[in-house]
Amino acid sequence: MKIRNRKDSEKMELDLTSMIDVVFLLLIFFVMSFKIVEMEGDFSVKMPLASTSTAVADPTDLALKLRLRANTEGKLTDMSLNDINLGTDFVALQNKVVELIGTAAPVEGEDGPELEIDTDYNLRYEYVIQSITSVSGYKDGDQVVKLIEKIKFAKPRR
Amino acid sequence: MRVKRPQADMAKGDMTPMIDMVFQLIAFFMVLINFSQTEANDNVVLPSSKLVKPPEAPIEFPILLHVARDGEVFMGGDSFTAETLKIGLQREIAVIKAEKKSVSDANVIIRAHKDTAAGDVQEVIRVAQEQELVNFALRVKEDRS
Repeated sequence: MKIRNRKDSEKMELDLTSMIDVVFLLLIFFVMSFKIVEMEGDFSVKMPLASTSTAVADPTDLALKLRLRANTEGKLTDMSLNDINLGTDFVALQNKVVELIGTAAPVEGEDGPELEIDTDYNLRYEYVIQSITSVSGYKDGDQVVKLIEKIKFAKPRR
Repeated sequence: MRVKRPQADMAKGDMTPMIDMVFQLIAFFMVLINFSQTEANDNVVLPSSKLVKPPEAPIEFPILLHVARDGEVFMGGDSFTAETLKIGLQREIAVIKAEKKSVSDANVIIRAHKDTAAGDVQEVIRVAQEQELVNFALRVKEDRS
């Protein structure tokens, strides 16, 4: 009787084709669905509906009012803080805010200065965010120095 | 004279390094993939600001509103205008109340397009205020430059 030598079949050749197919499919899937995540953050605004009777105004209360005006295309034409015209210069706005509230240690919580933003209806939102950025603080190196934390909006102008 | 023919018609390359690399790539993309970005909306391009930082803790009871360029508001897959938004907000508030929480605990996150009219955003805020919502967050992109 002839006995076959079985040693030959011991070194089995694996067929890798199907695995590579699947692996490439997976790779393509992950590459396609890959998206660089942009970091997002929030400006918190605590804004209850204005009560009809304005509370007795505290004379020590710094009522800051920022008025933003826009042209018909929604571009910022000028802004004024407490009737001081600042043009479209956000750096000047920030300096003015620093001057008005002082550079003393920022007041945390409820007692900080408050700013009301009164904007033209068609002003682009981008400018509102820019002005909020300049009034709410600045970056000193890696540290954020806070200026105004309480921000609210005036009634929309139609 | 005899000429030898090259026999290497089908070269058998070693697949091991390639498979190693491909698995590495898959692992890399798998780790980096982020499915939780369902918050984003294609209609919204956020304005950017240097001051904001990503929130450290997740925001409690978020109500996410996307305000597109033309003032259209998207919330949870439905689209509203500033006038009809009330209905959508009441639905959200019902959910919050069902969890025995106060409406003032909710946070309204506003993701508005950078070219939206500021008044449209104000209108959205006004409608939310009328529903006794008080906490608003204006979402912006972090500017690292």
